[in-house]
Amino acid sequence: MITETYAQKKKPVHRRTSAHVVKGGLAARIAAGKEVYTKYCLTCHQADGYGVPNMNPPLIRTEYVLGNKARIIKIVLSGFKDDVEINGNTYSNTMPAFDYLKDEEVANVLTYVRNNFTNKASAVKVSEVAPIRASLKKK
Amino acid sequence: MKRRTILLSMLPILAIGGLLSFKSLKSSSDAPNAGLKLPEGFKADMLIEGIGSARHIAVTPQGEIYVKLNRARNGKGILLLHQTANGKAEVKTGFGNYSGTGIYIKDGYLYASSNEEVFRYKLNDKYEVVNPNEPERIVTGLLNRRQHESKSVVLDNDGNIYVNVGAYSNSCQERDREKGSMGRKGCPILDSAGGIWEFKANKRDQHYGDGVHYASGLRNVVGLDWNQQDNQLFVMQHGRDQLHDIFPDMYTVQQSAVLPAECMYALKKGDNAGWPYIYYDQIKHAKMLAPEYGGDGKKEVTDKYIDPAAAYPGHLAPNGLLFYTGNMFPERYKHGAFIAFHGSWNRAPEPQAGFFVVFQPFKNGKPDGKWEVFADNFAGSPQQAASGRAAHRPCGLAQGPDGALYVSDDTGGAIYKITYKK
Repeated sequence: MITETYAQKKKPVHRRTSAHVVKGGLAARIAAGKEVYTKYCLTCHQADGYGVPNMNPPLIRTEYVLGNKARIIKIVLSGFKDDVEINGNTYSNTMPAFDYLKDEEVANVLTYVRNNFTNKASAVKVSEVAPIRASLKKK
Repeated sequence: MKRRTILLSMLPILAIGGLLSFKSLKSSSDAPNAGLKLPEGFKADMLIEGIGSARHIAVTPQGEIYVKLNRARNGKGILLLHQTANGKAEVKTGFGNYSGTGIYIKDGYLYASSNEEVFRYKLNDKYEVVNPNEPERIVTGLLNRRQHESKSVVLDNDGNIYVNVGAYSNSCQERDREKGSMGRKGCPILDSAGGIWEFKANKRDQHYGDGVHYASGLRNVVGLDWNQQDNQLFVMQHGRDQLHDIFPDMYTVQQSAVLPAECMYALKKGDNAGWPYIYYDQIKHAKMLAPEYGGDGKKEVTDKYIDPAAAYPGHLAPNGLLFYTGNMFPERYKHGAFIAFHGSWNRAPEPQAGFFVVFQPFKNGKPDGKWEVFADNFAGSPQQAASGRAAHRPCGLAQGPDGALYVSDDTGGAIYKITYKK
């Protein structure tokens, strides 16, 4: 598949991690996160994280991905229904809630996104997801 | 509408995108046929590039081109292009401080739409807009809820304008695009969206209530045209997305990439094409019950919903439709339909497809025979098409006074002119 070829060419981070899978380590978390991404996120955000013009925002070095972890955890759990403007482009498709993902899956997929597509940011821990899920339930 | 802005630099992304498309972008306007692949005897020129998100277009008898921009630039949402020598064009003027898609010339007026309203501008005998800052507002108050918000327009020969109002939803689920979420009973979206409305072309400030709910059950129409042979409205529907994502147990990734069909409908007043309750399967040649409403990928429907006039592979995004009435192209093209397929995104992880203009042969006002790709490679290369990182995406179509075919591109901001030499 051509999309896969593109993805692999541009993902030295991922190639390295798959060669050094350590149970419970960052590499393993990223690898597990890639599986979640492929299953639930890739259709809209695409294999290369570039998104779709006017519709689905890119995940490449944006403030949403690299910035406040609580915000992006909340987006995954509750979806996103506002327009996003990034460098003059607006993205307006509806993102559904992924609250059926386990805390661990949310943490892994965000760790993957924050360390892929040329991103480099700290991992998201399971312990960071649980309180946000709890606070959303209270509302 | 809430809007959030990100200020972080996106330059690295632009650089990556640039690398992917560098080869084609660098040379496409000077490459033979502007980088397009065409049938023998046809020639393409890229008249201009980088003018913004060029959606629908209209060409005057003088060969000037009105372009509707999806996002107004410097307060100008409509550009008028003037053709110069050597297959080029320049921006002559701009006006209309609103974003949108629709534009159409009929009976001495230029009609243009924002995502909520329709305006018209009086034209002089040179087809120039007389008073660009004071259009008549023909229709107002149409729904714009961020999804399928463009309002395409076309006129008939009896003083009526037809306006698409797209459904602000993928498949009318309780929770839009969420896995397993079922369809809303008696989909309430359909009372004011997901259809075509007919209004008077010369009456100001019409609302929904002043118009006719002409056709319903159409998820989103961008390309539409009036067939002069049949005196009938034809539309292209964007079929629903994400069969696999929402119902992974019923549809494989591969099925979801090609289903459902993008449909061409020949509409009569009162027609219902069946969205969100059904979709059309172009492989089975059948109307299928949507999984949100009890379908399972196998249950067919044979009731009141109309059949498509023609069906095309899924997710290719038909954004432009034009019935060719000119004399420049070979005889077989006359009265046939050109369709601009903007290109898919919903096929991932399978390769994306589209980014081409299709020709659909017609006979006596009905599709006749198999469609064929007419102008290909807007994306720049097969790799760019497959990845979806297209350099250009065909969107609007128009016919020039000499029979030349014009194609707009809302990604690279180009206008192409396709001609034929006997």
